Amino acid sequence: MVTTARTGAWEVAAAVPDPELPMLTLADLGVLAEVEVAEEGGAVTAWLTPTYSGCPAVAEMAADVDRRLRAAGYPDVRVRLRLDPPWSTDLITAEGRRKLAEAGIAPPGPAAPGLLGLGPTRFLDSGPGAPVASGGHGGHGDREDHGDRGGHEARPAAPPVPAVTCPLCGCADTEELSRFGSTACKALWRCRGCREPFERVKEI
Amino acid sequence: MTDDHVYLSLAEASPEPEGEGRWAYGTGFADPLLGVDTAVPAGLDGADLAAYCLMLGDDALVLAQRLIEWCTRAPELEEEVALANLGLDLLGQARQLLTRAGQADGTGRTEDDLAYWREEHEFRNVRLVEAPNGDFAYSIARLLVFATARGALYEALAGHADPVLAAVAARSVKELAYHREYATAWTLRLGDGTPYSSARMQAGLDAVWPLVEELFTAHPVELRAGVDPALLREPVLGSLAAVLAEAGLTVPEVPALATVGGRAGRDGVHTEALGPLLAEFQVVARAHPGATW
Repeated sequence: MVTTARTGAWEVAAAVPDPELPMLTLADLGVLAEVEVAEEGGAVTAWLTPTYSGCPAVAEMAADVDRRLRAAGYPDVRVRLRLDPPWSTDLITAEGRRKLAEAGIAPPGPAAPGLLGLGPTRFLDSGPGAPVASGGHGGHGDREDHGDRGGHEARPAAPPVPAVTCPLCGCADTEELSRFGSTACKALWRCRGCREPFERVKEI
Repeated sequence: MTDDHVYLSLAEASPEPEGEGRWAYGTGFADPLLGVDTAVPAGLDGADLAAYCLMLGDDALVLAQRLIEWCTRAPELEEEVALANLGLDLLGQARQLLTRAGQADGTGRTEDDLAYWREEHEFRNVRLVEAPNGDFAYSIARLLVFATARGALYEALAGHADPVLAAVAARSVKELAYHREYATAWTLRLGDGTPYSSARMQAGLDAVWPLVEELFTAHPVELRAGVDPALLREPVLGSLAAVLAEAGLTVPEVPALATVGGRAGRDGVHTEALGPLLAEFQVVARAHPGATW
């Protein structure tokens, strides 16, 4: 018999901070998939779902969960990875999103449904050289209207980048500076209201 | 306690599950398939599955190395960060695929055994990924081709009978999608830019194109253990043609790079570019065998 109730061991593992975004816990980030406690003997197994394939923080997360559980009095701890279903930014909890914004990092919008389509080519809202996003939408109406002008695939276009408000001043007049920031999961943005740069977690 | 400071907490970390202490952030390279059920499902040939994972893993590993070579050389800091990030994604995919290969063939070889201790003719990557970076346009053209083709392949492999390969593919397809976005954005910017940038981008495409056909040429292992890459030819080339048309570029009409009696990268027959790449990549591991840090 095992129990997966979200008490005890779950609470301990859930409180472990993410090594890259320490204002978030692994539960906030949606990385902690399950914690199981064997009724007999009390062995704990915690499953983590890694974020990006190349994320170097997975080993640290596993070590931290292991250490915290042992410190909480569970002598027999196993940390395992669960690859399926894959992690998505949609798993970041509402609490996690609030903490991100509070730390000056814009939370992600909804991830694109489904997998990769080989469809329209002009779905880039703000890649290098493209006109910058204004509140995520301004300046792109033409693209969205003619999103399928490549015209040869019936697959759906990627959704437009959602409106990004500045996490520092709340202003909606923002632009993407670079799709790639200090870590794989973040992009670099700038607010045209308060002129401050900020990071944003990318949808995946 | 030092829970909230990652560097300090690492110093105190329990020896489990890695089995060794680590002194700095990011140096604890645990098994990338830690605790995942690694039994090969009934009905799958372990040797074929391993050979297939090795092909895909080598593609990712070698292109990761090429992308990371752009560090300190890219036109702008943002592009350097971007290319390194894409390389990191591919490296993560390669680690999982090589680990899977070492499990599935029953040899128990680790990712490091496979990455650092095989010789050039034992690598199974397509020749597209080993070609030197060339200029920025060449690297972008290659990335566009690779990300489009590999994304389509991973999409198909997300339903593979091996749950580990299926999970790696499902995870990776989302990463390849934004690799393709990045390459597409630069292809449009350069192709639709000045006459000079357009000519450079076209030259990059022309130089990459002889290596494209190999992506769609099936090796017997691919037919037995994976997806017939020939099925991807039409959708992938169609997607690439759409990007190029949008960018005002033309699809090159060039013959495919010759094979050696029908053998190419998937058979371990490589161009002269792979040897020096591996020498640089493997030198530290080979100079200090068994070293840990």
